[in-house]
Amino acid sequence: MKIKKTLAMLLSLTLGLCAFTGCGETAGNSSTDNNTTNNAKPSGELIKVAIINNDPNESGYRTANDKDMKATFTKENGYDAQFAYSLKNDEQIAAAKQAIQDEVDYLIISAAGTSGWDSVLQDAKAQEIKVILFDRTIDADESLYEASIVSDMAKEGDTAVSWLASQKLSEYNIIHIQGVMGSAAQIGRSGALDDKVKAESSWNIVTQQTAEWNAETAQQIVQSVIDSGKKFNVIYAENDDMAKGAVAALDKANISHGVGKDVIVMGFDCNKWALEELLKGNWNYDGQCNPFQASYIHDIITNLENGKAPESKTIIMDEKGFDASSISQADVDQYGI
Amino acid sequence: MADKKTNFFMKLIKNQIFIPIAALLILVIFNLIADPSFFAISLDKNSNGDPVLSGNIITILDNASELVILAIGMTLVTAASGGQDISVGAGIALAGSVVLRVLCGTESRTETLHAPIIVAFIACCIVAMLFGAFNGVLVAYFKIQPMVATLILFTAGRSIAAWINNNELPIISDIKFSYYGNFIPGIPVPTPVFIAILCMIIIALVLRFTKLGLFTQAVGINSESSRLNGINPQLVKFSTYVILGLCVAVAGFIKVSRFSTINYSVIAKDIEMDAILAVALGGNALSGGKFNMPASILGAYVIQFLTTTLFKFNVVASALPAYKAIVVILLVVLSSPVVRDKIASLKKKAASNTAAGGAH
Repeated sequence: MKIKKTLAMLLSLTLGLCAFTGCGETAGNSSTDNNTTNNAKPSGELIKVAIINNDPNESGYRTANDKDMKATFTKENGYDAQFAYSLKNDEQIAAAKQAIQDEVDYLIISAAGTSGWDSVLQDAKAQEIKVILFDRTIDADESLYEASIVSDMAKEGDTAVSWLASQKLSEYNIIHIQGVMGSAAQIGRSGALDDKVKAESSWNIVTQQTAEWNAETAQQIVQSVIDSGKKFNVIYAENDDMAKGAVAALDKANISHGVGKDVIVMGFDCNKWALEELLKGNWNYDGQCNPFQASYIHDIITNLENGKAPESKTIIMDEKGFDASSISQADVDQYGI
Repeated sequence: MADKKTNFFMKLIKNQIFIPIAALLILVIFNLIADPSFFAISLDKNSNGDPVLSGNIITILDNASELVILAIGMTLVTAASGGQDISVGAGIALAGSVVLRVLCGTESRTETLHAPIIVAFIACCIVAMLFGAFNGVLVAYFKIQPMVATLILFTAGRSIAAWINNNELPIISDIKFSYYGNFIPGIPVPTPVFIAILCMIIIALVLRFTKLGLFTQAVGINSESSRLNGINPQLVKFSTYVILGLCVAVAGFIKVSRFSTINYSVIAKDIEMDAILAVALGGNALSGGKFNMPASILGAYVIQFLTTTLFKFNVVASALPAYKAIVVILLVVLSSPVVRDKIASLKKKAASNTAAGGAH
């Protein structure tokens, strides 16, 4: 009996461990060479970077981001890169500590949580490891990192709302489908619309609900508006999945949507399939949330290696908004994620 | 006379299925008073020109389907092993991912299906049952607590699902695949409703004509004495997890068919909690033993009814989970045996008081 129990414990433990390592191919195991304390690189030597990212399965955004990172930080481009993935802050911090022990030259982080990074970044600083943040900022002193490359979600919202305003509808009756409440994307994208609705009397919110990035929930929300017979002519969904769910509900009720139709459909994130919907004229607008930070990081590192610090600590990426009436196949291929 | 009446009432209130029925009635009455148009059903054409029924009631029946199917399996697992499988959401992602992998091959965007849909369905059933069997082995043979055993797939399932499709998000453009989660042309009732009904009929027949119900309850009540009576408790527990795996496969198939695609991180998110809640709302003891299948199924419909009601009344988005929690707490407290006994005894007292009054 006892042996059985221990066996069971052991088995579940190993299985559990397998499960965790499965999604966390962690930084550590690359070989450590102890001669890299000297930061000035002779040409030809690889720059050691440790990239700590969120799990690429998290979303299409993250998958595209990870692919972009892997395509940029290659041996051909002069990098010796190690990757660590986790959606948990403490696991990310542990990976960062490991990378510091491995004496990497650059620590490139997309933090899962905003707090708790101070001490590990101070360790990095003490060892003259340069830190570059991407996608997400953290609550730490600016002196602890070289640069932070981020999306301005509020700007994304503003771009989308001013596009919507430029459509010059006589009345805006909007179904507003929000992301997970409190997430940066939700706050930024909701904020712009909320402000506009408050300012303009012809802008009304028919319903404002969170679908938590979920297509099916979005479909139910729009369905419930249709079932209650309320009038609307705009769907402002804070990501593509939810816009897709909303469109499914419209199709079911035979409400026309897209360019020149009854309902304007707006999404965010620029998934490839979403941009294709734009190209077909089924949707009207898609706002970009740019996942391609790697080239920005590459530029910063090249400059730093040449002794040039970036001009400002916070670098906001260019983000576009695509209009169905002007999008081209080339846009879909280039910007679709 | 009065005696008979109280007896009937007592029986009713003591009956397990009373709680979900009462909850459903409360929701129905609330909606009737607040806005009778809630129950309006209309027959319209969708954008393909096919007739479809629409209305809140249809939405509820349609969207509750996956939850109902999961509740069937979860009830059996709960009864036999005295614990719950928390990996069903991840299992749905896995099953859905397998369906897409079989149908799309390695292309993420395909015009033609690479295999017949039935093959994809069978493959997803096999995979989901294997994962169910994995959970079942840990629980039945290694005697690991169900929640701990299923925690493994809960954590890893969605990553495995993404890995099956190389992290791609395949989209199927063949319209035939979407019939299973939406409408078959010409039939105005959503297909998931039929699938759910079919599952209910199958489980009713299984419980009626096999010893599955008896065995699971016997094992759940006292696994040692059931062993002494010639039942193999390990096999019974194991098979309930495999059956739940099959339920997960069916639910996953419907879920991916709804949008002809998948999003590994959000598909069927938190559905394990709703499935467990459905079992609890059905008045089934989460510690195992006796169960009432119709009550669990009704519980699942109550949860969807509640969700749709909250959407309909446009509750402030950030407060939505709080409202849901309040209603759930009320329902669970009301369905607890302590409160039910209290209510029953109060009624009895009232009845005997009036009886005494009549004698004077």
